[in-house]
Amino acid sequence: MIQVHPFVILIASIFTSNMIFSNFLGMCSFIAVSKEIPTAMGLGIAVTMVLSATTVLNYFVYWYILLPLGLEYLMYILFILVIAAFVQLLEMVMDRYLPTLYYALGIFLPLITVNCAILGVSLFMVTRQYTFLQTFAFGVGSGLGWALAITAMAGIRARLNENSIPEGLRGVPITLIITGIMALTFIGFSGMVQIQ
Amino acid sequence: MDTIIMTIIVFSGISAALAAILTFSDRTVGNYGNVTLTINEDKNFTVKGGSSLLDTLRNEKIFIPSACGGKGTCGYCKVAVLEGGGPVLATEKPHLGKDELENSIRLSCQCKVKQNIRIRIPEELFNVKEYAVLVEKMEQMTPTIKKLTLNLGEEEINFKPGQYVQLKAPAYEGNEEEVYRAYSIASSVKDKHTIELLIGYTGGIATTYVHYHLKEGDTAHINGPYGEFYYHEDEGPIILAGAGTGMAPLMSILQYMADNDIRRETIFFFGARTREDLFLLDKIKTFEEKLNFKFIPTLSREESPQWKGERGRVPQAIEKYIEDGKNYSAYLCGSPAMIDSIVEALLKKNVPVDKIYYDKF
Repeated sequence: MIQVHPFVILIASIFTSNMIFSNFLGMCSFIAVSKEIPTAMGLGIAVTMVLSATTVLNYFVYWYILLPLGLEYLMYILFILVIAAFVQLLEMVMDRYLPTLYYALGIFLPLITVNCAILGVSLFMVTRQYTFLQTFAFGVGSGLGWALAITAMAGIRARLNENSIPEGLRGVPITLIITGIMALTFIGFSGMVQIQ
Repeated sequence: MDTIIMTIIVFSGISAALAAILTFSDRTVGNYGNVTLTINEDKNFTVKGGSSLLDTLRNEKIFIPSACGGKGTCGYCKVAVLEGGGPVLATEKPHLGKDELENSIRLSCQCKVKQNIRIRIPEELFNVKEYAVLVEKMEQMTPTIKKLTLNLGEEEINFKPGQYVQLKAPAYEGNEEEVYRAYSIASSVKDKHTIELLIGYTGGIATTYVHYHLKEGDTAHINGPYGEFYYHEDEGPIILAGAGTGMAPLMSILQYMADNDIRRETIFFFGARTREDLFLLDKIKTFEEKLNFKFIPTLSREESPQWKGERGRVPQAIEKYIEDGKNYSAYLCGSPAMIDSIVEALLKKNVPVDKIYYDKF
């Protein structure tokens, strides 16, 4: 177990160890939904909420159920199960009590179940042997980092529309190239903080 | 051994706990109780909240047309939701134009009934009924198209020539969900107790049901009639154009003209690939004898030199046969790509745009 202050983990997972830019996780929705800023932000918020909650839930599942019973190998399937159930629950609650937010997020909520960044964060939490507070900071930070990345990308893509891009690069190709350049800036400082 | 047992216990335990939580919240959070549904200001229904407006109305025996079965892809199930529908969803926006958004038109399959709701629907939808029908005959027309003769028994159906009904494909082996698909009525409006449908095999849920599961003597379920595509009383010559099962509504229109002795000059361009794909030729022959009617099959892939008729695509045939289209009306039924190309050809021949009626499927 490494001794890093949870606050450092929070900041690091937003910037230097960003899920998208340093691990390239959650790329499918990152590419698909980064066309407009409002929808990108909506998905970012939803991912942050789900990440914060499921990472903590999975922390308990792993440390208090799977590890004592020696069933660590079950973590992949159980983590996914917890994530799927949580998303369902969140959907029901929001549909009832927060209809405005529910409608704003629309189809993105169910999509989150299969966002690999969510499972990735839970698995990193295990391999890096985080404590509870570190886990919580890591979950929230990764969510915010993901939201920051997709919103920034949506901002850039909104401007791309006004520029003439070679035909073969339009759409996904140019997005991937930009992602690479953004990744360079984000992980440029990763030597300063070690969280893994 | 212990590991296996523990795995089973832990996995089932956690799954059961999650399922219990979800079931519980579905009963409490997802339970909207009874709400009042008001239609056209004068009809009130007390319904259970929580389902889509389309399903809620179907439970009350009011059938809104829907070809995709509530997936939000066909855009047919539009109704005006005056109050209590919540905001328009992202899934609906692609189907709604600016006027429709201003007039609070919604897709009833996407709009959920969660509170008291007021809607407006065309009065004729109250005419739409559900029928349990007997499959009297199934005839193979071409290698891929079957003609179904459905007997409505005591019930009667009143439709306009060109309108369609929805056929319910129930769950069968390999298909878990019940879906409704739209098929035009090919028979005469005079037959109120029997209708004919032409159904081509596409590999889809409903066509697989019809071609591989449904048999003569079975009972099927339909509802209808629906549709804005029907014969308009008018003067002047008529162009009919279609391909494959697009023959159906046009046959109903021709039958109507034969029944009422309407002698408007009529020309029917029928697109097909080879001679094998031509069907109902006897019936067409009788129309040719009785009406001022010409049938022009246009084959795109016929290789036999024996074929003396038209070759190529329907727009080319229109180009050839129609000189000046300004007095014409046109009725088209076929795939969107085909309709678009035919409309273009017709406009080139000066057929007035408001006299071109079509049914895209």
